[in-house]
Amino acid sequence: MKVNPHNKSIDELKEVAAQVRRDIVRMVHAVNSGHPGGSLGCTDYFVSLYFKVMNYSTDFKMNGEGEDLFFLSNGHISPVFYSTLARAGFFDPKELATFRKLNSRLQGHPATEEGLPGIRVASGSLGQGLSVAIGAAQAKKLNKDNSLVYVLMGDGELQEGQVWEATMYAGGKKVDNLIATIDRNGQQIDGSTKEVMPLGDLRAKFEAFGWHVMEANGNSFETLLPALDQAKAATGKGKPVMILMDTEMGYGVDFMMGSHKWHGVAPNDEQLEIALQQLAVNEAADY
Amino acid sequence: MKEYKYTEKKDTRSGFGAGLLELGRTNPNVVALCADLVGSLKMGDFIKENPERFFQIGIAEANMMGIAAGLTIGGKIPFTGTFANFSTGRVYDQIRQSIAYSGKNVKICASHAGLTLGEDGATHQILEDIGMMKMLPHMTVINPCDYNQTKAATIAIADYEGPVYLRFGRPVIPIFTDPNQKFEIGKAWMVNEGTDVSIFATGHMVWKAILAGHILAEKGISAEIINIHTIKPLDEEAILKSVAKTKCVVSAEEHNRLGGLGDSIAQVLVKNTPLPMEYVAVNDSFGESGTPEELMEKYGLSENDIVDAAQRAISRKQA
Repeated sequence: MKVNPHNKSIDELKEVAAQVRRDIVRMVHAVNSGHPGGSLGCTDYFVSLYFKVMNYSTDFKMNGEGEDLFFLSNGHISPVFYSTLARAGFFDPKELATFRKLNSRLQGHPATEEGLPGIRVASGSLGQGLSVAIGAAQAKKLNKDNSLVYVLMGDGELQEGQVWEATMYAGGKKVDNLIATIDRNGQQIDGSTKEVMPLGDLRAKFEAFGWHVMEANGNSFETLLPALDQAKAATGKGKPVMILMDTEMGYGVDFMMGSHKWHGVAPNDEQLEIALQQLAVNEAADY
Repeated sequence: MKEYKYTEKKDTRSGFGAGLLELGRTNPNVVALCADLVGSLKMGDFIKENPERFFQIGIAEANMMGIAAGLTIGGKIPFTGTFANFSTGRVYDQIRQSIAYSGKNVKICASHAGLTLGEDGATHQILEDIGMMKMLPHMTVINPCDYNQTKAATIAIADYEGPVYLRFGRPVIPIFTDPNQKFEIGKAWMVNEGTDVSIFATGHMVWKAILAGHILAEKGISAEIINIHTIKPLDEEAILKSVAKTKCVVSAEEHNRLGGLGDSIAQVLVKNTPLPMEYVAVNDSFGESGTPEELMEKYGLSENDIVDAAQRAISRKQA
């Protein structure tokens, strides 16, 4: 049985999160493309999983036997995924400088094609990750492997029909070694989810599909970590677990917060400087 | 013309069911998924013996493809089963991203391909599936010709690491290949050696090509007939060796003329040795309701269509 290789304290997690956020804004700035808003909003969730909650090895093996697995369904927030994987030890943080460039393993959206350690499936075209996570969870059951499967989806992504096929399956077939999380930031490319396509009462919807539903603030380790512990404790009881995680898009950089405008736009030179001042941490650790 | 005798007719989908049953007994990693078509896909015997290795997904093919991709991560070899239409067009993006681009070892097993699905009509008669699947990088595309070959192919693809599209059909057709054949992916099968024209056929059209070969023989034409059961990777060597002798080509497939086996062969010819070629295929149209035989006749996929195409190809040869 694997353990978490870092197991950091809350204070240490905050430092890692600041570093990851610095990486995110620098990565998207460097290529003037990518998705900083959702990446910044989900940073605390990624850092919690990889530096505290999940049990895994950084010696990456695709089959992840005996390890907790994580799948990113909303692949456009690849900057936070790549930075977290690098800082957790899957590959050298220097490689973050290749993000979205030719011949890089760090594709615009996560991919297995170039063999980047830590990635188990391609994502980007939305709505597919929950199904893949269910398959991985079912394989764990067949293999008598008691570790867990995590998957993150965007809230706008719930507009894809496949998500609901998978939601019906996981509830109906009692896939109870699965912890799904929805990044409920209320924003998508064309505006707020309310304006674009109202999502309705998500708690009631997932409960109706047979899920154990929780809610958590995704931008506070003090509330997120206990929620993730409770989610773990809720597994193995005949229901898949859903965390409706409230986050603020762009969290940590004031001028990016709370607006859909920073979904897929990179900061310019001046904005980068302001952002980095707000994300003060040991600059020597920058990639 | 070599004689192919048969004593029995069966559907190729039953060959798939028999192959899957055998895999259930021999390969503990093989698992099966179905989207509410267990009977049509002949998966019942596998399920009876291996209930814990079967996943009934319901009518949700996109979810089925994703779950199959996920199962491979835990070392499983998933065989998905539904009609060809719902195995490809309906779920193209799921196959593209979660399976092909992700290099997942999923076997997409597709029944009721082509016109011979019959009375259900064009909504279910996919004629574009070979094209869609062969365009995907990493994908292997196989379309076996009878019950025995479908069974052998089903067993063979479990030992191959990588995504595979296995296409088969609904109607009963003669069983004329060896029940003990070893199926080699990507290796064309010489059905009949000949000198005047090369007929490259796939799936149900291989038997039609044999019937055509006899009619051509009566006319004094020696047809070389080759079964291209693997459309990708294509056995270019076998194709070039044959056309070096015959100098003209007919392709025969139960598929749209655009994007199928014929186009793959035409690419080989134009790159290496441009030669007259005729297509026996559906001429860029949808199908319709009817019996399989009526449809094959109306849409130009009968043995007589192959005979006519062969004569046209021969007449176009340079003196």
